[in-house]
Amino acid sequence: MLYAILCYHDEDFVGSWSKEQDAAVMSKLAVVQDRLAKQGRLGPVARLLPTTAATTLRKEDPPLIIDGPFAETKEQLLGFYLIDCKHLDEALEIARDLGKANPGGAYEIRPVGYFEPGSVKP
Amino acid sequence: MTDVGWIDAALTAARPQALGALLRYFRNLDTAEEAFQNACLRALKSWPQNGPPRDAAAWLIMVGRNVAIDELRRSRRQETLPAEEAISDLDDAEDALTERLDGSHYRDDILRLLFICCHPELPATQQIALALRIVSGLSVTQIARAFLVSEAAMEQRITRAKARVAAAGVPFETPGAVERGERVAAVAAMIYLIFNEGYSAGGDTAELRAPLCEEAIRLARLLLRLFQSEPEIMGLTALLLLQHARAAARFDADGALVLLDDQDRDLWNRNLIAEGLALIDKAMRHRAGGPYQIQAAIAALHARAKRPKDTDWVQIDLLYGALELIQPSPVVTLNRAVPVSKVRGAEAALAMIEPLELRLQNYFHFFGVKGAFLMQLDRNEEARIAFDRAIALANTAAEAAHIRMHLDRLAQDSKRKIG
Repeated sequence: MLYAILCYHDEDFVGSWSKEQDAAVMSKLAVVQDRLAKQGRLGPVARLLPTTAATTLRKEDPPLIIDGPFAETKEQLLGFYLIDCKHLDEALEIARDLGKANPGGAYEIRPVGYFEPGSVKP
Repeated sequence: MTDVGWIDAALTAARPQALGALLRYFRNLDTAEEAFQNACLRALKSWPQNGPPRDAAAWLIMVGRNVAIDELRRSRRQETLPAEEAISDLDDAEDALTERLDGSHYRDDILRLLFICCHPELPATQQIALALRIVSGLSVTQIARAFLVSEAAMEQRITRAKARVAAAGVPFETPGAVERGERVAAVAAMIYLIFNEGYSAGGDTAELRAPLCEEAIRLARLLLRLFQSEPEIMGLTALLLLQHARAAARFDADGALVLLDDQDRDLWNRNLIAEGLALIDKAMRHRAGGPYQIQAAIAALHARAKRPKDTDWVQIDLLYGALELIQPSPVVTLNRAVPVSKVRGAEAALAMIEPLELRLQNYFHFFGVKGAFLMQLDRNEEARIAFDRAIALANTAAEAAHIRMHLDRLAQDSKRKIG
């Protein structure tokens, strides 16, 4: 079984770390990640850019595009995609196609800062 | 991180929201600051034992308010105080839970806190100092160090600024849409000032002043989180991120300025660039250009170029042209001359800046740029005169050192020709 571990924290808090504090946290995490990678159990790892860089597409007809992160609490996170795009418009285009295939709910589109592809083969 | 480390970070992060709400309750900056300080002291005692509260800002608002009310009541018993108006809004804000659930106030609270720091009567240096003290919570010592002035002088500057703000009256009514827009623009300009205060430092002081750039970025992100659909705030944040991304490459080991073309691009901070590019990308979708977005787009084109020769100078020239239209100024034209020299040659660039000389006769960069164009055209004697003038006008040792490098090159050049 593959498990996704989704990371939540206060962005203001994490954003107030100094470069050194941030690097210290990342290197502690890398120790855990390296262990998993050696065991062939680590899939993709991504660190998202701040929510200020987020755009949300509500899957209505026509779709509604809102600046900022997904803010509803009535809906739950059900899955995610990682896609390679030249710019935000391309990502939104793909989100529109996905939304047509499965209307209702929303997609939050977040640029990825740090990415490690991983090597898991379940 | 140690215990105190995470508490410090949490207090810093919660400060604008908590202080902004306390200011709304007490309508007096000193009372609000004192209430926040007291709440922080309680947090330092309580959080290590009980763990962090779920909502740090709400905790600090509630505790700060209660402590301040207790104190007001106590002092009222001792002396007669006309405190009833001074602590207005208290009755309808008793319930801490309401405060936590209802975040609708907090956007205007933070904006108000930022806005009182950029009162038009305050000179720029006082605006910046006040914002760093009040909103960012930097100590007077830290601010004094960043401004390269004594602590006493900075203390005085902040006290004067506070007195002026108090005399002018804090705007407490909830702003209308137009007013809110004006406040956002004023705050954006102030954040840009804070950044430039750090960015324009010389190599010898760049490290001391870098916190100003970082603080400006933090405030820009904060403002953007409050106004998520404002393309100009996206542009401002992107601009600061993209400029600051080059910090490590902008000065050599001796502290002399390194021009963009000569910078080691491996030293550029790729994380900041990624965030800046994402934001400008997002802003462009709004098709509502503005000065910050254009400047950010120019910075983005530099950031995207892997080598100097990959730079899209044609596009940069066009963007400066657009900036000239909406924000005409001799400095913008001077900046435009650089891409013009790359696209159409130094002669065209020189012709473009010559009419500016009268207006920029005391501007260091004008003579630096003019000298560089003249040098490219092999008009070395004129170049030397321009560089001499630039040195006389240099604001920092790094600027002077940079020009001296050109002069040395000219001297070697003429020696070679003679010899």
